[in-house]
Amino acid sequence: MPVGGKKQSPVVVELEEATVISKVSGREWDVSGAWNRMFQPRVLSDYSYSGGLGKVAQLDGGETLEYCYGCGKCVPVCPVDLVSEYGPRKIHRKVQTGLDLFASDELWMCTTCGNCLRVCPKGVNMIQIMPAVREVAVGDGKVPDELQGIFEKTFRYGNALGENPRRRHAWTKAAGVPVRVLGSDPTPVDVLFYVEDYWSYHPRGQQAAQAFARTMARVGVDFAILGAEEKTVGDSQRLAGEKGLFDALVEDVTSTLAKYEFNRIVTPDPHAFNALVKEYPKRGFTYDVLHYTQLLSPLIDRMNFVNPINKKVTFHDPCYLGRHNGEYDAPRKLLKAIPGLDLVEMGRCKENSYCCGGGGGGMWLDGFNSNHVSERLSERRVREAAGTGAEILAVCCPYEVSRFEDAAKSTGNEHLKVMDIAELLDEALGGSEGL
Amino acid sequence: MSNEVLVINERVQGEIPDLTFELIGKGRELAQALGGSVSVAMIGDLSSLDAFGGADKVYTVEHPVFGSGYSAQAWEEAVAEVVAVARPKVVLFGTGTIGIDLAGSIAYREKAPLASYVVDLKVEGSDVVAVSQLYGGKLLAESLLEGETVVATVIAGSFPSEAGRSGGSPEVVSVAAPKSLDSLTLRPVAVKEPEKSGVDITAADLLVSVGRGVGSQANIEMLQELADALKVPLSASRPVIDQGWLPKPHQVGKSGKKVKPKVYLAFGISGAPEHLEGMRSSELIIACNTDPKAPIFEVAHYGTTLDLFDLVPEILEKLEA
Amino acid sequence: MKIVVGMRQLADLVEELEVADSGVDIDRDFVKFVSNEWDEAALEEALLIKEQVGGEVVVVALDEPDVDQTLYSAIAKGADRAVKIVGVEEGWTPTRLRAQLLAKYLESEGDWDAFFTGVQAADDLDGQLAGLIGASLGVAHAAVVSKAEPEGPALRITQELGGGTLAESVAEGKVVLGVQAGRQAPRYAPITRIRQAMSSTTIESFEAPEVELGPGPKVRKLYPPESKGQATMLEGDPVEVAEKIVEIIRTKGLVR
Repeated sequence: MPVGGKKQSPVVVELEEATVISKVSGREWDVSGAWNRMFQPRVLSDYSYSGGLGKVAQLDGGETLEYCYGCGKCVPVCPVDLVSEYGPRKIHRKVQTGLDLFASDELWMCTTCGNCLRVCPKGVNMIQIMPAVREVAVGDGKVPDELQGIFEKTFRYGNALGENPRRRHAWTKAAGVPVRVLGSDPTPVDVLFYVEDYWSYHPRGQQAAQAFARTMARVGVDFAILGAEEKTVGDSQRLAGEKGLFDALVEDVTSTLAKYEFNRIVTPDPHAFNALVKEYPKRGFTYDVLHYTQLLSPLIDRMNFVNPINKKVTFHDPCYLGRHNGEYDAPRKLLKAIPGLDLVEMGRCKENSYCCGGGGGGMWLDGFNSNHVSERLSERRVREAAGTGAEILAVCCPYEVSRFEDAAKSTGNEHLKVMDIAELLDEALGGSEGL
Repeated sequence: MSNEVLVINERVQGEIPDLTFELIGKGRELAQALGGSVSVAMIGDLSSLDAFGGADKVYTVEHPVFGSGYSAQAWEEAVAEVVAVARPKVVLFGTGTIGIDLAGSIAYREKAPLASYVVDLKVEGSDVVAVSQLYGGKLLAESLLEGETVVATVIAGSFPSEAGRSGGSPEVVSVAAPKSLDSLTLRPVAVKEPEKSGVDITAADLLVSVGRGVGSQANIEMLQELADALKVPLSASRPVIDQGWLPKPHQVGKSGKKVKPKVYLAFGISGAPEHLEGMRSSELIIACNTDPKAPIFEVAHYGTTLDLFDLVPEILEKLEA
Repeated sequence: MKIVVGMRQLADLVEELEVADSGVDIDRDFVKFVSNEWDEAALEEALLIKEQVGGEVVVVALDEPDVDQTLYSAIAKGADRAVKIVGVEEGWTPTRLRAQLLAKYLESEGDWDAFFTGVQAADDLDGQLAGLIGASLGVAHAAVVSKAEPEGPALRITQELGGGTLAESVAEGKVVLGVQAGRQAPRYAPITRIRQAMSSTTIESFEAPEVELGPGPKVRKLYPPESKGQATMLEGDPVEVAEKIVEIIRTKGLVR
């Protein structure tokens, strides 16, 4: 792959002219390679099963790479392929012809967004293949520096930012409403608000957390947080290949949860949501889990909107809420409920939504991958959002505010404001006023 | 028991370092307060003996072993012998390799208190008060050193060196080499001057320097691009070198090179004392670090807390325009 | 070769450090403790030697906050045994005390060839560990080591003398080294392996013996340096700040 990630146009090398005249009808038949090569037996002399493909296919989770028959449907829907030479089918072919995926930079480019799996007729599952191969690479210590730092911080402090666990609930001070911490008041609660890393520590995330806490208070939700006891659920670390770290987090998270009585867990982080819904049950821990938009959307009639937002707004579907877990309506219902708000859709939305680049560890690999892409996925997405004429890009995944704000600046789209749906709701409901 | 202040010369070969003169200068001040004299211990290489006009006495130790290089053990035995002869009130080391090697063991052998990373010293009655820089310069500790002999290791650049250079003619006392120098288990082999490489960060008028804040090797590319655009070498602080992200000749600081460019651009460098030692005499320092409390801002002339990843591309753009 | 590596925990410098009410120590309740980064370099160098010539690597540390994690990580990276010196009073342990306790442990361990530790730690006010241990054991020592390579039964040691000058010496017999940087950056310990270490390794305990602590500096106060605030902060967004920086360089005549 060229450094700089410039796209190369395909080179056509075979198209001999060949026609045959039928002795029966006299009609001319085209027998050139243009259409009939697929009927000819081909010898793959450069194909070593034991070298690349076999090694991947033997892995728990790597089996489906073998299923690929090269149709290529995955390539045009792959968000990474649009800005680089990476594409799932290309990976299959390269591995087939000897690429050592375990040591390749391309191993770290997949964001596990899941769009290839959606269109794959053979069920080649990159969401399992990539973490499986990465797990081996991690075991051999072949981890990009940036990611290694994140793993170490997560293991040590329970959050990817390496922040002090004791400051996890520092954001509550400026929330404007009381936020109960279960450690100091362990009475049963309806909703356990699982804040996750970026809403706990990132300055823009904290604003969204405060906005969401105010909204819950306004609509009368009984909620509490774990505070210093909270650790990340760890889904992105798992997908980035640190399964051991994920296992350790599952133990810590579930033993903390076992200490308290609550009816359901609500989280703003689609990645945490995904793990709690799909991965934790595999290990014997099942909870009633909602994304925060799913908690709020049935409560719209309790919302007393005082400030209309007369703006054109477009919405970015998070991969792990939409494609991975099928929730496309809850965030849209909330946005449409806000008076004055004009929701416009981007070309790529819902099932075919474009990835922000943050999933599967991509959040922590921007520097590493920058040599291989012509622009960040977040930058491409922001340009698409700006193209709708929207003034606000609404999001509901904690990774996205910082990613898209950076991208808006770097693409010259500063006029596009990036806001979490929690912030938009809070603004429409009066913000810190009248609590 | 004397009230002598003994300075350990931090020279293995080459010129006498500034640091030694800083210690002599400060030593004079302490000696005046204590009513004593200042002396210097010179081990092995006795050249430039006449440089020590600022001292009252120079102790010398000679032995063939010093001709073959540097051994911490050999120096320890020699310095211990000088201390035994001089019975000083204060022993001053620099926070260089020799100081880090020997201060602890000499203090231990002499049953003397020791303060490291000292940036200020004064006499209080018959005791010495030291101010030390701890936690990478984030905190200062003021401590009292009591005893017949006390030891301190001083960070380079803490005191002016001019005071230690004034002219006089010190008495030279030759100290007999201790027997232990004949049976070393840590044998000196060689002293190697730095390899001359393509880059010479000490000769540049402008330096782009990068620190731990850059995060990873891949990100260094961007700073390299900036250095290339300015046609200057890229230099770095110790963590970057230790990680293997840039080769050793690029290192600025105590264990690297001392630089004095006209402009020093520091990106993602927090400013540990060891780094500041290598660059604080630059004419103009511009620092970029997201932590507004980073010690680099103490020595920088201009600063910004913007993220270097936001700032550097903009500088590049301005330069290309 | 049997190498013992001394490791320790240290307040994380990324954190704001606050001075405790006593005025002579940091507030230890609200800081994170991490492994001293130079100790990690010492461990790496020891592991490299073990990989080259075989032998054993033992890690030893005083019982300090989160030290188990550091010791298990060391096992996951390839150390053979981990020892914790227990029964030491919590707080700011003088390096001299640390050295005396480790020296007692090393005497009990007996047959070691080399002791490696980090060249320094950010709070070792009363001296650096390697020199103090060397002196208390009467063993040769060297600090600011950037390379230690086996040469038969001996170790060839490279020290940095500053300004890029290197000093080489050969240690025949026991030696104590303060390591500045290893030949390579410390390796990554996958969490799976750390967890395996946690379940399959027992950290040995060594009861801290009574030692008589010699004289040391008496800390009278600990305080943040007065900010000279010398730097003029450049205000504005990246574009504006970039413009100012380029302008400054330009006025110095260093760029067209």
